[in-house]
Amino acid sequence: MADPDGQVIVGLEVHCQLDTKSKLFCGCSTDYRNDGPNTHVCPICLGLPGAMPALNRRAIEYAMKVAKALNCEILNESEFSRKNYFYPDLDKAYQITQYDKPLAEGGYLEIESDEGGERKIRLTRIHVEEDPGRLVHMGNVERGKYSLVDYNRAGIPLIEIVSEPDMRSPKEARKFLNKLRATLEYLNVFDSEKEGSIRVDANISITGSERVEVKNITSYKGVEKALTFEVTRQKNLIRRGQKIERETRHYLEARGVTQAGRSKEQEHDYRYFPEPDLRPLRVKSWLDNIVLPELPDARRERFMADYGCSLNHARTLTGELKLANFFEKVVASDKRGLSPLAATWIADTLIGELNYRDMNLDRIEPAAVTGLVLLLKAGTITDKSGVEVLRIMLDQQLKGEAAETPDAIVKRQNLAKTAGDTGAITAAIEEAINENPKALDDYRAGKSGAQNFLVGQVMKKTRGKADPAELNRLLTEALKRWEA
Amino acid sequence: MAGTITFEPEDRYNAFLTHGKNVSHGSGKLAGVAVAIKDNITTKDIETTCASKILKGYVPPYDAHVIGLLKAEGAAIVGKTNMDEFGMGSSTENSAFGPTLNPCDTSRVPGGSSGGSAAAVAAGMVRMALGSDTGGSIRCPASFCGIVGLKPSYGRVSRYGLIAYSNSLEQIGPLGKTTTDVSTLMSVIAGYDRHDTTSQNKPYNHTPDAKIKGLKIGIPQEYFGKGVDPQVGDVVKRAIGRLEELGATTVPCSIPSMEYALAAYYVTCTCEASSNLARFDGVRYGPAPDTKKPWHDAYTEVRSAAFGTEVRRRIMLGTFALSSGYYGKYYAKAQVARANVRADFNRIFKDVDVIAGPTMPTVAFRLKEKSDPLSMYLADILTVPANLAGIPAISVPCGKSEGMPVGLQIMGRMFEDERIVDVAYAYEQAVS
Ligand SMILES: [Zn+2]
Repeated sequence: MADPDGQVIVGLEVHCQLDTKSKLFCGCSTDYRNDGPNTHVCPICLGLPGAMPALNRRAIEYAMKVAKALNCEILNESEFSRKNYFYPDLDKAYQITQYDKPLAEGGYLEIESDEGGERKIRLTRIHVEEDPGRLVHMGNVERGKYSLVDYNRAGIPLIEIVSEPDMRSPKEARKFLNKLRATLEYLNVFDSEKEGSIRVDANISITGSERVEVKNITSYKGVEKALTFEVTRQKNLIRRGQKIERETRHYLEARGVTQAGRSKEQEHDYRYFPEPDLRPLRVKSWLDNIVLPELPDARRERFMADYGCSLNHARTLTGELKLANFFEKVVASDKRGLSPLAATWIADTLIGELNYRDMNLDRIEPAAVTGLVLLLKAGTITDKSGVEVLRIMLDQQLKGEAAETPDAIVKRQNLAKTAGDTGAITAAIEEAINENPKALDDYRAGKSGAQNFLVGQVMKKTRGKADPAELNRLLTEALKRWEA
Repeated sequence: MAGTITFEPEDRYNAFLTHGKNVSHGSGKLAGVAVAIKDNITTKDIETTCASKILKGYVPPYDAHVIGLLKAEGAAIVGKTNMDEFGMGSSTENSAFGPTLNPCDTSRVPGGSSGGSAAAVAAGMVRMALGSDTGGSIRCPASFCGIVGLKPSYGRVSRYGLIAYSNSLEQIGPLGKTTTDVSTLMSVIAGYDRHDTTSQNKPYNHTPDAKIKGLKIGIPQEYFGKGVDPQVGDVVKRAIGRLEELGATTVPCSIPSMEYALAAYYVTCTCEASSNLARFDGVRYGPAPDTKKPWHDAYTEVRSAAFGTEVRRRIMLGTFALSSGYYGKYYAKAQVARANVRADFNRIFKDVDVIAGPTMPTVAFRLKEKSDPLSMYLADILTVPANLAGIPAISVPCGKSEGMPVGLQIMGRMFEDERIVDVAYAYEQAVS
C-alpha cells in the first residue's frame, strides 16, 4: 500500500558517449565540439538516401571493455535493430540501436551504500547505439520562429547501461553514477569532461506506488537533485492521499525540478526490427584480447596498502582517474613519507579550493603540491599558512599570472613559522591581553572559550606564522602570570 | 577523362527521367559505352529522384559504389531511367513522372520496377543499363521487353548508394541485349565494398561459356501451375527442350514453400520500406513544409502529398505489420517463411545445378490493365523466391507469345551467378 515512509527504489539508464576517434557507422571525426554546425558529417551520418552504415570495430571493443569491467556476459550473438520514430534531429527517422539481442547482459557495479560498506548494484544489460543529432532552437521551443538541426553529433557511439532497480536513495544513484564514470575513465573509453557525454534516465518509485521515469538528466549532480525532488514530490502526494501516476517526467536542470511530459502521445511504438544493413555481431571471442587496466576498486585497495591512506581518503582519491594519477605524482619522490600529509591535503583541502574556484585539476602542477607538502612536513609553515600558499597558487593560475613555487610564496609573503622567535609571539600576547580585558576577565572567571579567543587574536597579529604549540605554551604561561 | 560521347536519343518511351547530351567518359573495359542507370542509384551531381515527387530536385553529393566502378572502367553515364516510385511496382506505371512504354508494343507496360532501364536497352538507346531487383524488378522488365537481366546473388554487388526499398532482398544488377553484355557489366560491378558490410568478397571474372553438357536442370511444378499462362509455359518448356538438346537433363521438382513466398515477400519489403522511407519528412528533401505548423503536422502533410498511392499503401502496410503486438504475427513469421524457401532451394540444389521456369506468369500486360494492387502483386510470384533465398537468377528472352517476348528464368545456387550466365548464354547461342 502507498506509504509516504516507504522504501525509495531507483534504477538508472545511463547513456555514455564512447570516446572513439570516429563515429559508430562512418569515418567522421567525433571531435566536433569546437567546430561549426554540420561540419563533421558525411552521407552516412546524414542518413542520405542510399548510404549504409559500416560498423566501427573500435566502438564495439570499447563497449566490450566496459562490459568486461562491469562483469557482464557478452552474448554469443547480438544484433542491431532500428528504433523507428520521427523527430527532426533524427536524420533517418530511425535510430540504429540494440533491442532484444544486446551486446551484453547481467553484471554489477559495487558502490558504497548509504549504510556504509560496499553494495552490488546489478545491471540488466549494456547495448550500443548511435547518438541522434541536435536541435538548436532559435528563441524558445514553443515561441521561437524556427529550429536548426546540427548533425555533428549524429552517429557518435553511445553505450546504454541499464541497471536493476537496486538503488535505495538519490544519493546512492549519484554514487552509482560517479563510480560508473570512474570505471569508464579508468578504461580510457570515455571523457567525462566533454559536454553532453553522459545522459541519464532514472526510474524511481516508493514501495506500493507506481514508477515514474525521469528523463533528460545531463549532469552528475543533476541525478541526485532530480531524484531528491521526485522523492519529495511523490511522498507529498502520498501523504495527501493522492495516487502516483505512472508517467514520464522531464528534468529541468536550471530549475532543479521535474515536469510532466506534455501528453500521452509520448507513448511511442518504436516498431523495432533487425537492421538489415548490418550483420549480426559474433564478437564473444574478442574478449580474450581485452586486457583490463587497474580499476577503481583495485586502486583504492592499493592506495590503502601502499600509501597508508584511510578508506575515505582512498575512496575519494581513486574516485576520479585524474585525481588518483595526480596523487601518485605528488608523492612519487617519497611514497611513505609524503602520503599521509598529501592525502589529507589533496582530498580535504585542494578539492574544496578547486571547487570553490570552479577550477579543473589540470590547472595545478603536482610538483607544486609536492613542494607545499614538503614545507608542511618540515614544519616550515603552519597549516594555516599552507592554505594561504595553496590559495595564492590557485589564484595565480586563475588570473593567468606567473606561477610561483610554494617556497617563493613563503619567502615573499614572509610566511615561515616564527619558530624560536618567542619574542615576537610574547609581544603579540601582551598586546592581545591588553587590548581585550574582557577576555582576561572571562578567563579569570573560568570561561573555557577565553583562551581560544586569545589564540585567535595572537594568530591574527602574527599573521598565522606562530607555531600553534609554541603559542599555546607561551599564552598559558602569560595567563598564569596575570592570574597570579 | 578519355573522351565524350553525344547522347541525343529520341525518348519515345519515356525511359529516361534525366539524361546528359555530351557525356564524358574515361578509359577501360567500358570505354565510351553508354550506360543508363535506374534512378534509385545515387549519382553525384545528377538528380536522383526514385521517380518520386519527394526527391524532385535532389542532387546527391556522392556516387553509389557501382557508379564509381563504372566510371573507373570508362563507362559514359548517360542518364537516369524511369521506374516505379521507390521500386514499388511491376509495371513502371507508379512513377510520379508518367509511365514508361514497352518498346515492343507501346500500348503495354515495360514491366517494372526497372522499366526505364529495360526500355532504354530494348529500344537500342543504350547498350546496357543498371537496374535493381527487390522481387523481380530486373527480371520482370527484361522478360517483358525481350532483353537479358540478371539479379546477382545477395551480397555479390555493393548496395552502397542504392536508395533502399527493401535492404534484405534487393540487389543492383545488369540489363543488356545479350548475355555477354550482362556478363561484362556484372564483371565491373561485382565485388566487396567496405561500405556495404553485407557485400561479399566474391568478384565476378567470367567469360560466358556455352558448354552445358551434363547440366542438371530442376523444373519446379509450381512454375507451370496455377496462375501461369499456359502459352507462356509452353514457350518456356520449348526453350528448356533446347537446353536438353545441348546435353542438359531435366529433373522435376517442387518448392512447397512457394505457397507463402508472396506473403513473406510483401510483409518483409513493406516493413523495411516503412522504415527506409521515413526519412523523407520534408526537413531535408522534398517540398518545403509550412513552417508555421507544428513539425508532426508538417510531416504528415508533406508525406501525404509527395508520396504516390502505392508508396503510401506499402508504408502503411509495413507500419502496421511492425506495430507492437503484430511483429510476431507478421515480420517474424515472414522470416520463418523465408527460411523455408531457402531450405527448399538448398534441398533441390543438392540434386540439380540450376532451376528453370518462366520469369513472369504472363507477357507484358496493357497499361492500366492491372488496376487492382493484388493482381499486380501476383505478377511477382515467380521472381520473389530468388530474392527471399538470396540466390542468383537471370531472365533471357526465349520466344514470343501473343507477339510479345517471353523470358526464361534460370536460378542458381548461392554465388553461382557464373553458372546461370553460362546457361543463358548457351541458350542464346543455340537460337541465334
Ligand atoms: Zn559521417
